[in-house]
Amino acid sequence: MNAPVTGNAVRGNAVRQSLASFRREREADWKALEALLARVEKRAPRTLSEEELLSLPVLYRSALSSLSVARATSLDAALVAYLESLSLRGYFYLYGARRGLGQRIADFFLHDWPAAIRDLWRETLVSLALMFVGIGVGAWLVASDKDWFDAIIPSGLAGGRGPDASAEFLRGMLYDGDNGFLSGFAAYLFTHNVQVAILAFALGFAFAVPTVLLMLFNGCMLGAMFQVYWAKGLGMELGGWLAIHGTTELFAIALAGAAGMRIGTRIAFPGELTRMAAAAHAGRVAATAMVGVSVMLLFAGLLEGIGRQTITSDATRYAVGGGMLALWIGYFYLFRAVKNGDS
Amino acid sequence: MATARRPALATIRPLITPEGVDLRIKLADAGTRAAAFLLDVVFIATAAVVITIVALFGLRGLGTGELQPLFVVWIILIFFLRNVYFIAFEAGRRAATPGKRIVGIRVASRNGAGLSVDQVIARNLMREIEVFLPLSIIAARGGTGVADTLTTIFGLVWALLFSLFPLFNRDRMRIGDLLAGTWVVEAPKRTLMEDLSARQQDPVAKAFQFSQVQLDAYGIAELHKLEEVLRRDDYFAQKAVAETIGRKIGMKIEPIDSKAFLTAYYGELRAHLERKLLLGNRKADKHDR
Repeated sequence: MNAPVTGNAVRGNAVRQSLASFRREREADWKALEALLARVEKRAPRTLSEEELLSLPVLYRSALSSLSVARATSLDAALVAYLESLSLRGYFYLYGARRGLGQRIADFFLHDWPAAIRDLWRETLVSLALMFVGIGVGAWLVASDKDWFDAIIPSGLAGGRGPDASAEFLRGMLYDGDNGFLSGFAAYLFTHNVQVAILAFALGFAFAVPTVLLMLFNGCMLGAMFQVYWAKGLGMELGGWLAIHGTTELFAIALAGAAGMRIGTRIAFPGELTRMAAAAHAGRVAATAMVGVSVMLLFAGLLEGIGRQTITSDATRYAVGGGMLALWIGYFYLFRAVKNGDS
Repeated sequence: MATARRPALATIRPLITPEGVDLRIKLADAGTRAAAFLLDVVFIATAAVVITIVALFGLRGLGTGELQPLFVVWIILIFFLRNVYFIAFEAGRRAATPGKRIVGIRVASRNGAGLSVDQVIARNLMREIEVFLPLSIIAARGGTGVADTLTTIFGLVWALLFSLFPLFNRDRMRIGDLLAGTWVVEAPKRTLMEDLSARQQDPVAKAFQFSQVQLDAYGIAELHKLEEVLRRDDYFAQKAVAETIGRKIGMKIEPIDSKAFLTAYYGELRAHLERKLLLGNRKADKHDR
């Protein structure tokens, strides 16, 4: 009994010694990497000296090799877990490196946003067409039977406007500068339109069917409202009231619908990719477009909240609305920033 | 692999670095993510309340009575606040919001490449749709007094459906993760702990001697459990474990010596198993030969 015990201890000791010395020799490197990572994760890399910056990948590779050795030879679970977490942090830092947020934002406005919108041109045409069909249908329905108005437009949004309202009342809605109702209504409309835009995008993945319906229905609401004013001879005036922010806003909603349709059609017809990959692929283009849409809606909201109440001349309203539309179209479809290097 | 460790494996995914090492990332579980999200919501709500109070007092100071036109600006501001919060933090160096940092998780790209800002934007815009949109519709309806039961139920079901989506796929992805090609992984900051086999210099521990047969009683799975018990340093757990091991290898352990015995046995067992490992024999658990 005595002999195997001592034999064991001796052989065990040798292994223990070599593993302990492995840890002793490498430990300083691990600690150095840990300290460097803690610093670069908190502050910008330029706070590191050149030497430290160059040592980072070297230390990371040494940690990785330590991890391989530890996994193969050591049974200290805490040590392996520590090295795994250290290596993962290093990996994310070194290989997760990408352009800074500032550079990304500049790229977005110069290149990515117009490119994404251009990429969606087919869907944009379809969604604009749907909106116009909706406007036509809405106007026709209300013209044929005015009860349709209540069915199409929720009473909260109508705010007393309707086929039975007097022309003076309707005119007052368009030109009264600062009335409490309108600014509250503008806020409501803004959230409403943001919701419509987001819904049009989000519902896209149900094979684009809800998006199509939403675009049609949104057009219907516009058409119904328009018909009421048109019947009272206020069509041009309503056009001006809507145009000042509407060109931006409706264009944004159409683009949101287009982005939703892109996702829906890609999921329905993924082509050679798997459905999941096709969705992810379309999702990236559509998401870029959607960020742009939210910027457009912000502009629309500002125009609506400020411009519509202060600018009351029809000509100016049309000019601002038309100008904004020309600006967007020029920006999306005509303007091409040359990326440094490639086209 | 031992049966006891199998459930943990379900959430481990390979991540091969360009150097050829598999880092075996662990996906964050749904509870952790929910906790992180709730923390973030608390932070955002606090910021929103502070901003609102400051703005209200500021405006009162300026003598502006009419607040309604500013309501639009306020809505836009809150919308941007929460989106900028998520996007800016997740696009940052640690790819995690403060809430995620606290619970030790982060966002990563599913294909192993660097996480791009576009992915971060896509996954966070979808969150807008998954959670904030239905809730804000309910809130808006409630505010104008036209919230009916049906819309409320619809909104809640919608939010619930999307929130529970991660439970119904293997990779614990939200719809936003799915579209952006991301997932959320555990990224804990661990500190290097002491090597337990260095404790063997303890004089009481040194007195214990084990034979080949006694060391063959257990495998790697049991060794790791033993390591956990030793690191936790709970007297009663150690006493129970020491008794069990003593019975198995035929040794009588005084309760007072439990810790010393376990330390000694851990050291010897680890050295024994590591030596076997070097010779190419990985004894996974006690049933393994």
